[in-house]
Amino acid sequence: MIIQGIAFYVFAALLVASGVMVISARNPVHSVLYLVLAFFQAAGLCVLLGAEFIAMILVIVYVGAVAVLFLFVVMMLDINFRELRAGAMQYLPIGGLIGLILLAELAAVLGGWIIAPAAEKAASAPLAALGNVSNTEALGQLIYTHYVYLFQASGIVLLIAMIGAIVLTLRQREGVRKQNIGAQLARRREDVVVVRKVSTGGGV
Amino acid sequence: MEIGLGHYLTVSAIIFTLGVLGIFLNRKNVIIILMSIEMMLLAVNLNLVSFSVYLNDLVGQVFSMIILTVAAAEAAIGLAILVVYFRNRGSIRVEDINMMRG
Repeated sequence: MIIQGIAFYVFAALLVASGVMVISARNPVHSVLYLVLAFFQAAGLCVLLGAEFIAMILVIVYVGAVAVLFLFVVMMLDINFRELRAGAMQYLPIGGLIGLILLAELAAVLGGWIIAPAAEKAASAPLAALGNVSNTEALGQLIYTHYVYLFQASGIVLLIAMIGAIVLTLRQREGVRKQNIGAQLARRREDVVVVRKVSTGGGV
Repeated sequence: MEIGLGHYLTVSAIIFTLGVLGIFLNRKNVIIILMSIEMMLLAVNLNLVSFSVYLNDLVGQVFSMIILTVAAAEAAIGLAILVVYFRNRGSIRVEDINMMRG
């Protein structure tokens, strides 16, 4: 129990600290790296909760895909970040005020709120009923049966996002001479080869 | 001491607030704004997972996976739009994004 408490506080403190660094780092590359650290800590919290599959998915999807995508974009675009950073502190009062209001509201909700005793019985897919299967297996049994349409729909969302990203960033450059295989194969000999009679000494 | 639901909800509330604050602080930099949105989605995911565990219902984790999918799609599309915008304008200042103003 004490180890669980220590692990929770370590993960939570690192998560909050790296969250602060994400929004306050001067260099966006550092921001992305702190974001990666935050995702790792969140995955640790999920493991602590007993949701191993979500934790691994967090690491694979967020760290392996989203954060690397961010890193690519930050490094690829030639942006003067110092100029973008200028004047950030002038928004601190209003931003801090709104953040404090939001935090106070969330604290008020958390403080005066209890779970109804009947809520646990209303669970549509209880963890305990699945017995001694692992978290991953239980999730698989759920998403491939009851939530298979949702699962397919999320696949379609990802497909559309992929096609959209490709369509947005693909461009045809003007004035670039590239090999056009279709045009090459469509050339026929009688269209391009001409046999001319050239008189002796006359030239073409 | 016992780590309960309230501890996890507090952490995710702090992370969500940090995301909102990040949007306000880095109003000029779209990349940091996108990162802040990712952080807010992470907080929502943590909330869903902790409720799922403490209410003994696995559906919350399914929901969390769907949110993860949408977050990944959103990041991909957002960054693609950002790259196209940078190619057209040569900057990513948020104040410059008013070309479509009627």
